[in-house]
Amino acid sequence: MKRLSSFRRNRIAGPILVVAALFTIGSAFAVASALPSAQKTVDSGTSTLVSQGKEIFLRGCSSCHGLHAEGGSIAPSLIGVGSASVDFQVGTGRMPMADMSQQAMQKKPVYNAQETAALAAYIASLAPGPASVTNESLTYERDGNTALGGQLFRTNCAMCHNFAGQGGALTNGKYAPSLMGVEPKYIYEAMVTGPQSMPKFTDATITPQEKLSIIKWLQAADHEQNQGGASLGRVGPVTEGLLGWVLGLGLLIGAAVWLAMKAK
Amino acid sequence: MKTSQKVAGATANYVDERTGAAKWLKKNLTKVFPDHWSFMLGEICLYSFIILLLTGTFLTFWFDPSQREVVYNGSYLPLSGVHMSAAYDSTLHLSFDVRGGLLMRQIHHWAALIFMSAIVAHLFRVFFTGAFRKPREFNWLIGVGLLTFGIVEGFLGYSLPDDLLSGTGIRIAEAILQAIPVVGSYLSFFAFGGPFPGTSFIPRIFIVHVLLLPGLFLALITIHLMLVWYQKHTQYPGPGRTEKNVVGYPLMPVYMAKAGGFFFVVLGVTAFLGAVASINPIWLYGPYTPGQISAGSQPDWYMGWLDGLVRAAPPLETHAFGHTISWNILIPGLIIPGILFTGMALYPFIESWITGDKREHHLLDRPRNAPNRTALGVTAIVFILITLANGGNDIIATHFHLTINGIMWFTRIALFIVPPIAFVITKRICLSLQRADRDLVLHGRETGRLVMLPSGEMIEVHEPLSDAKKWTLTQHQNPDALPAPLPASATVGLKGKIRARLNRANAVQIPAPTLSDLKELGDGHH
Amino acid sequence: MSNQVERFQDPGLPEHVHRNADVDPKAAKRAEQQVAILFLLSAVGTVLTIVSYIKVPKDKFFYLPIMGSTNVQQLLLGLGLTASTLFIGLGAIQWAKKLMPDQEVIAERHEFRSEEVDRAELVETFKERGAAAGLGRRSLIKRTLGLALGLVGLSPLLLLRDTGPQPKKYFNTTDWAAGTRLLLDPAGTPIKASDLEVGAVAQVLPELPAGTERTLENTGKDAVLLIRLRPEDFNLDAERLSWTHEGIIAFSKICTHMGCAVALYEQQTHHLLCPCHQSTFDVTRAAKVIFGPAARPLPQLAITVDANGYLVAKQPFTVPVGPSFWERNSSNG
Repeated sequence: MKRLSSFRRNRIAGPILVVAALFTIGSAFAVASALPSAQKTVDSGTSTLVSQGKEIFLRGCSSCHGLHAEGGSIAPSLIGVGSASVDFQVGTGRMPMADMSQQAMQKKPVYNAQETAALAAYIASLAPGPASVTNESLTYERDGNTALGGQLFRTNCAMCHNFAGQGGALTNGKYAPSLMGVEPKYIYEAMVTGPQSMPKFTDATITPQEKLSIIKWLQAADHEQNQGGASLGRVGPVTEGLLGWVLGLGLLIGAAVWLAMKAK
Repeated sequence: MKTSQKVAGATANYVDERTGAAKWLKKNLTKVFPDHWSFMLGEICLYSFIILLLTGTFLTFWFDPSQREVVYNGSYLPLSGVHMSAAYDSTLHLSFDVRGGLLMRQIHHWAALIFMSAIVAHLFRVFFTGAFRKPREFNWLIGVGLLTFGIVEGFLGYSLPDDLLSGTGIRIAEAILQAIPVVGSYLSFFAFGGPFPGTSFIPRIFIVHVLLLPGLFLALITIHLMLVWYQKHTQYPGPGRTEKNVVGYPLMPVYMAKAGGFFFVVLGVTAFLGAVASINPIWLYGPYTPGQISAGSQPDWYMGWLDGLVRAAPPLETHAFGHTISWNILIPGLIIPGILFTGMALYPFIESWITGDKREHHLLDRPRNAPNRTALGVTAIVFILITLANGGNDIIATHFHLTINGIMWFTRIALFIVPPIAFVITKRICLSLQRADRDLVLHGRETGRLVMLPSGEMIEVHEPLSDAKKWTLTQHQNPDALPAPLPASATVGLKGKIRARLNRANAVQIPAPTLSDLKELGDGHH
Repeated sequence: MSNQVERFQDPGLPEHVHRNADVDPKAAKRAEQQVAILFLLSAVGTVLTIVSYIKVPKDKFFYLPIMGSTNVQQLLLGLGLTASTLFIGLGAIQWAKKLMPDQEVIAERHEFRSEEVDRAELVETFKERGAAAGLGRRSLIKRTLGLALGLVGLSPLLLLRDTGPQPKKYFNTTDWAAGTRLLLDPAGTPIKASDLEVGAVAQVLPELPAGTERTLENTGKDAVLLIRLRPEDFNLDAERLSWTHEGIIAFSKICTHMGCAVALYEQQTHHLLCPCHQSTFDVTRAAKVIFGPAARPLPQLAITVDANGYLVAKQPFTVPVGPSFWERNSSNG
């Protein structure tokens, strides 16, 4: 006991206490948030997919998008947006939107795959619109051309998403997100539906085969190995200049200081 | 005598009989160089330049500086069948099909970044220590020239591969040319051999990049070094160091080993960066076409401040009498950089005009002892840092959840408000540091040890400074160190009044303590 | 109390402090070994470089933390080169620091200014020999020499004349004319109004006469962005409205600021952003500049449909496209 009380005066006692408190709080939070949330039970045996979707819609979406998905001042109409839009927005967690900020952020999806499919079916039932796709149906490996995909990407996509799909800034805090690690179906659906700031790329302007090529190129870019070493974010000269100053000049100045120091 | 000694002797004799080299070798091998780490910054520049020459020569053996269109069929599959220029194609070939080719490309580009940052760091050291004063004004001018040409050389260099990112930079450079009143469109057509992008530009800048500018660099660097050699290097003030001597180590063996070794260290660090960090991955950018653009397009850092200035410029153009003048391009692209660099070049002359100081200086200033100069330097640095940050405003916005609009407006206002504030703060900090020095000399170093006197009073023990330290902290205000006041004739007229004003402001100093001051204090400890 | 202020004196060079290696032979031996090890490491590095060059295949990658999947040969070549050079440097520096003499040496500086005698003699020599040359007296020679040198200096300028043609009216024309079909870039196919939905964009180039090859110079002037909005979203005067077709509007893609491709279209705000310097254009108001350094709106291309329903240009651009230049008459935008 005496050791503990005399340790109190040690100068690292304070920092150790802070670290321990942080660790405790952090672990508690991690445990708490890992607990499964209450499952949304849906009795799929008695409702069709569309009516299940309508139920979920009324519960979770109508407060912004209107009781009949007709939209309003705070959210657009969903009539005619098609199952593709729903699959994209809900599947990537963008919808339901967490707050009314500039842009719907990608986050952990609130609805599982079955619920998303139900919502998509409901919205599709309101009016014809682009249909959602599955990853399996996108035969980009067989039918896509990587080099053509790259050319199409650079002409149509790089101005927002950057040459390597790392994302880029739009005006007033909006941004085009990184395309790395995004499932092929979401890429396809985003091109077709033009979510939020993104324009639509209809099948007439970028044919389905061209869209497959773009996806194939993105997959290649995502898995592109680093030919020259650490990629520094693939955003160009900004990070390169930073590293040059910090590591390059830093190491050299360090060497110079060592060089000029008198040896013992 | 050993064989090696015999051979060495015979060789030396051979050379000396034909050149008389023994005499100047004898003198120069014993030349003394002061030793301080901050004196190595210029060496980093020199060694980086040599690395650039060596790696650059390697690259020219494979690079094809031609804009003729070819179809790619090398080993980088995502570009198979794509139409591109031979310049881009040969750079891809270097990167993927030549062993060590990418390594050399990367070492070359990292060496260029380090070359430029070392020039800037060296510039700071020379400026803040007043090493540009007489007799080194010529060297300062050469240095500013090297900085300017270095920026151009780097820009031309990374534009050679004709990729989307650097091609965009060339497009922007062409727009600056085109915007020049009266002759702009002609200059652009002459430079590009016709309309942009043309097929003449890359071959022409290739010659500028590998022959004309390196030749110019070699000449300027040689004169720069010869002046340093002949005028002898400056040194920091300290015990035993005067305006009339140089204290340090001899060229042979110490300096040869240290400087020669440092060359290999610079080579090693640059090679390390080339090994582990990807730079300028042109295969990801794609070949240049004016119809494409990438989000987050920036030039290399040493031009980033120009990009930031151009972004922040207000949308001003004059449309009159059937003509257009683009102030939104000319002001940030030519006029402001012109003012900055001219000011930088003329600074030694401006300062000596203000101080009226026509003497030689071989002892460096501690920055705090020249508060106005230090504050001016910090002001310029702050200005450049704000523009540099604005050059990357889209990348900053996405990574720190800000808006490009907000950063832009911040920059437009900050460029005017922050530098003067920085000036005032820096000057005050310098004067505070001078006060701290004065306290140190008069009262010694606070040791943190408490002692109770017999009277019961608690005092902190102050350790008096060594004589060497006392000298170093006070020598800058010795009568022979201070400049003479301006003669009365120099202060007449408007120009003279301004000069007098600036002179007075420049001379603001905290008086350095003297031995008399110390003696007056007696033996008080507190 | 003396009137003379006593100043601190220069105490001279400090006492030389010996290093361990100076006094202790064991320490000197240790230092020698340190230097030797450093040089040996360099040799190892060179061997690594050679082996990597010859033995390691070009297309092998391995995963490293922080660096990700990295090319093996490139990394090993680079690290080998690093070791082979860095350690020579470190060894040489360590050798100098530990073993070479580190006594500070003093050398005297010399006055730069030449002796008065030399200066005077120089002035005399110059005056004498200048007078002997006779330039001062013989004004005819002076003037004709000046003329000859001045003229010869013009020849390099003259010889550079053919570096490029004169611009003439180049900037005022593009390949767009009345009836030119819009083709998708890079597909090269024509486009119908129904191919675009509201909110869609397309990158287009003009159809060139048969047999004409499309060059980058063409693209640099002709590139156009096609955008479809709802017709009621437009805020245009009657003339500009007549240049649109069923909500489809076309603008030159070449930024009027410094020539980058402006193609970031924000579907919801109807803003076009140029990523180079963040100039922002409002599509609903004929690409009026609403933010950033661009001073002029993007030129609008008047479009309509032809007999087969394909989108065509109605007329050429009415103003020069791209960045400004001195001869540009910008009174119309």
